[in-house]
Order: sequence, then C-alpha cells, then structure tokens
Amino acid sequence: MLTYILRRLLQALLVMLVMSGLVFLGLYVVGDPVSMMASPEATELDREAIRQSFGLDKPLWQQYAIFMQHAVQLDFGKSFLTGQSAMGLILERMPATLELACVAMLLAVLLGVPLGMWAGLKPRALSTRGIMTGSVLGFSLPNFWVGLMLIMVFAVGLGWVPASGRGDTVLFGPLDLSVLTLDGWRSLVLPAATIATAKAALIIRVTRAATRESLPMDYIKFARAKGLAWGRILRVHLLKNILIPIVTISGLEFGQVVAFAVVTETVFAWPGMGKLLLDSIITLDRPVVVAYLILIVFFLVMLNLVVDILYSILDPRVRLQGGKA
Amino acid sequence: MPVSRGVVTTPFEAAIDAVRALEAEPPLPPPETPWQRLRREFLASRLAVLGLVLLLLAVGAAVFAPWISPQDPYDIGNLDIFDSKLPPGSTSADGSITYWLGTDGQARDLLSAIFYGLRTSLVVSSVSVAAALAIGCLVGLAAAYFGGWIDALLMRIVDIQLSFPAILVALILLAVLGKGVDKVIIALIIVQWAYFARAARGAALVERAKEYVEAAQCMSLGWRRVLLRHMLPNCMPPLIVIATIDLAHAIALESTLSFLGVGVPVTEPSLGMLIANGYEFMLSGHYWISFFPGIALALAIVGINLVGDHLRDILNPHNAH
Repeated sequence: MLTYILRRLLQALLVMLVMSGLVFLGLYVVGDPVSMMASPEATELDREAIRQSFGLDKPLWQQYAIFMQHAVQLDFGKSFLTGQSAMGLILERMPATLELACVAMLLAVLLGVPLGMWAGLKPRALSTRGIMTGSVLGFSLPNFWVGLMLIMVFAVGLGWVPASGRGDTVLFGPLDLSVLTLDGWRSLVLPAATIATAKAALIIRVTRAATRESLPMDYIKFARAKGLAWGRILRVHLLKNILIPIVTISGLEFGQVVAFAVVTETVFAWPGMGKLLLDSIITLDRPVVVAYLILIVFFLVMLNLVVDILYSILDPRVRLQGGKA
Repeated sequence: MPVSRGVVTTPFEAAIDAVRALEAEPPLPPPETPWQRLRREFLASRLAVLGLVLLLLAVGAAVFAPWISPQDPYDIGNLDIFDSKLPPGSTSADGSITYWLGTDGQARDLLSAIFYGLRTSLVVSSVSVAAALAIGCLVGLAAAYFGGWIDALLMRIVDIQLSFPAILVALILLAVLGKGVDKVIIALIIVQWAYFARAARGAALVERAKEYVEAAQCMSLGWRRVLLRHMLPNCMPPLIVIATIDLAHAIALESTLSFLGVGVPVTEPSLGMLIANGYEFMLSGHYWISFFPGIALALAIVGINLVGDHLRDILNPHNAH
C-alpha cells in the first residue's frame, strides 16, 4: 500500500515537472507579458524596470531555474498582473470552486442513484425510457448551453434567481461559503444544477448497469428467500454492492467538474479559480497559469489516490499492489 | 430372372439421386454478408434511424450551406445594421428576406449563420477525430505488437495524457498556439489521440494472440505488413464505434472552446461562437441568438450519440445474435 502511494506521488511529481516546463516554454513563446503589464504611455525605461523586477530580463532557462528553486519551497512566484503571490490568488478563489463542485456532485448523486436504480429495476417501464432519454440528452447537450438556457428561463424569464455572481457569503473558519446564506443558495442553485444535469446523466447510466448486473445474483435471491422486505434488500444489500462503480465514477467526475469549472464559472460569472485561469491565460499571467496547473495536477492525483483507497475499503477483494499500478 | 433396374440401387446411385434432388430444390438465399447484417440490425432500432436522419440533416446543411442559406453571413457588406437583433419570423428592412430564426447582433440571418456554423463545427471535429484515430491506431498497434519498453513508454505517455481533463489541455494548448481553425484542429488531435491509442492497444493485444498473426509472422512477412495489412483491419470495428461517439465529444469540445473565446476566429464562426455571441444579448431578452445555434448543436450531438450507441450495441460481440 505504501509503495503504491509513493509510486503515485512520484508519478505526479514527474508530471508537474514536465508540464510546468512545457507551459513555461509555451507561454514564453506566445508573447511578452510586459506589454500587458505596462501602461500604454510607459517609456522603454519603465518597461525595462518592470522586466527586471519580475526577472524577465534573464534568459528563459535561468527564469525556469529560479522558478524551480522557489517552487521546491512551495513558492510559485508572483502574479505579473497584481503582484500578489500566484498560489495565494488561486487558494483565495478555491473555496468558491470546491463549494460549487461539491454541491453539484451531491445533487448529481442524490438524483442519479435513485433514478438509475429505478431504471435498472424496471427496464421495460415507460418511466425508464423517459429517464434514459433524459440521460442521453443530459450528456449530449453542451453544458455551457444548458447553463445559458437555465439563466434564460429562471433568471431572465422568471426572475427567481440572479444570473451571475455568488451572492452573500459567510466566513466559516478560513472558508468563505455561499451555502450558509439564503442569498448564496439562490446564486448557487443554477450553476450547480447545470453541472449536475451532465453528471447525473452519467451516474444514472452507471447505476442502471450495475443494478441490472446485480439483480440476478444469488445473494439477492437468498435475501428474498430469507423473507427480507424488498425495500430493505434494495437499500442495504443491492445498494452496498452497486456502490463501487458509483463511488469510482463520482470521484473521477469530481475532478472533471473542478477542471470544467472554467466553463461553468465563465457562464455564471462565478468568482472561482476556473475563471481566474481563463483570465490569466488571456493576460499571459504565466505564474498564475503554472501555479494553477501544478495545483490541479496535485489535486487530480490525490483524488485518484483517494478513490483507489476507497475502492479497496468498499471491496475487500481489491488489493492495491505496489508493483504494477 | 433379370434384375429390373430402378428397384435395386447401389449406394453410389443413391448418393447421385440425393444430390440431384438437392439441385432441383430452389437455391437457398445466399448467406447474409456482415454489411447486410449491420444494415438490418441498424434499421431495427427506430432511435438509431432517428439519429442517422439527424446526422444526415446536419451534414447536408453543412455541405450545401452556400446553396440553401438565404444569406451569406460572411459577407459583411451585405448586412444591414437596421436588421440586427430582429426576433424570429421578421422580414428585413428592405423586405427581401424573412429571418425565420431572427438575426444576431451583427444583423446576420441566424438560419444562414447556423448552416455555416455547422460547417465549421463538423469540419473541425471530423478532421480532428480522423487524424486522432489514425495516430492513435498506429501508436496502439505498435505498443501491442512490440511490447516491452516501447509498450511501457507509449502507454505511460497515454496514461499521463488521459489523467488530464481534455478541456484544460485544449485550453492551455490554444493559449500557446493562438486562434485559428487549424490550431483548434491540432489541439483536438492532441487531446483525443490517447483514447484511440489505448483502445487500439487493447484490440491489438487480442488480435496479436490469434493464429493468423503467427501465420503471417511464420511467412516472415515484415512487421509493417503484419501490422497494417493483417492486424489493423481486424482491430478496426471497435475503434470505428469509439470514433463515432468521439465525434460528438469533439463537436462539444470545439464549441466549448469557441464559447470561451480561445477557439475558431470571429471570421469563421462555429456554433459555439454563435452561442457565445448571443450570451451578451440574452440578459436583455434576445434569447434566440443563443437558443437556436444551441438547438442545432444539440441535435447534431444527439444524432451522433444515438447512431454511435446503437452501432456499439450491434458490433459488441456479447450481443451478437
């Protein structure tokens, strides 16, 4: 187990290294960040001063070496645009993104698992065909368009909820959360529903497949023969056994949701880190982009690791191996 | 006493008679070819046929866009600014055309813009999927055929690539590459090849264990010939199914990138671009500018998914009748 975890972390480190190098090189080739930072009236002398203050006058390999020296001490440089610490900027925005992703995923699971089980239990029912058609639409429709349409109906048309922003937030320890206020919920519900439609569609399909696979199994027959109530069989016996694929998919999709936040946050002007990434890409704010990528690689690797470990807890037959992973 | 012929028959004569009797019967219909089976099973599903119709409509609209569009949306000189943001069904200021789906902020007829937009979307996605399929096939086959460190190296690269969300990789790539239809295609190829490589390797590993590959190797055919002429055709069916479904992903991804403003340039608007253009007008109630391109996009994607889903069911050996 320990070898396995170490191996995965080492792999993540390698990916971070390769990727930061590539992005460094790529964004260097694209353009001169100084042209974005300096005011239009700035003289060549001013520009040179900016260049020196950010170390941009040095050759690229030296810039990268300096970046690496600091990066191993978890210092990822300062934003070209605001001068704040790049990682600090991202971490400041992270609670908003994670909050949105958690609520959306929770919504998707709460919606997807019961509907998927229903579809698996009654494969021929008319309602099942409705659910399955809905799920095809859910992952076929481009998510950003679904978001736009929800805004059109519920924000512009009916005026029930605001079209953008986060609403009131409350400090909860170090975290700034919208979930704790009514106004925050009103802002949260549309973006979360947008993400949840796509993810619920996927969870419905996975749950249905797992349910249909498990129903003819002996343990279900045995439970029935014992005279257990059907509801109890479904809630305890069946649910426990179909949980494994659902947990796996939900975990991996959670990573996708966080990465896809770029799109959802743009649609709803949600001040999370995805919006920050897009803005930083457009303004060539290299430290922020690199720091974001390093953070997201770390996040995705940890998420995979957690899912794998959960997997082995949920299913005692699965053993994590250190050698071949 | 003479033995009368016809009463006693030798076994040989009986066999001849049996053959003649068989020949006299109407010939059996020729066995179904794989293509016929595919067609019959495909047509058996109404949903799949609906998907095919949607797909053909989208392709038709894209191919014939210059002939069926009421207006050339790229011809800026032709646009009348007084016609901008007209609701669906209104006629132009000079009364020459009816805007069935309304006009956008630049007074473009939305129906024409959608036809042309489908064109950009479908070209970008199909070219990128075809190229990604070709690259992925080669990499996957090579990995399965040679094994050893080549396999390990290639598959590790694929693993790393796949551990990244496609949207992020494409976003960063486009930030580096810049705008343009060709750039979007390159980014989509880079994002997608790894799926195909993994699938091709899986299929090729199964094929490699079969006798015909061994036979080909025994005839000391070169590895290129064994790979491309013997193994590749046998690996194709599952890959074609994946490619079909991936086409839908590619269209959605392209429109998302264009929506974010890093995709195709303004001069060649794809459907995603049209939707993004309508975004700013939506809050003031001009819903149709985003709504109709989105519907077109959704219909195309749903059509492809329905076709791909059913193809997968048919070609899946577990479901073979």
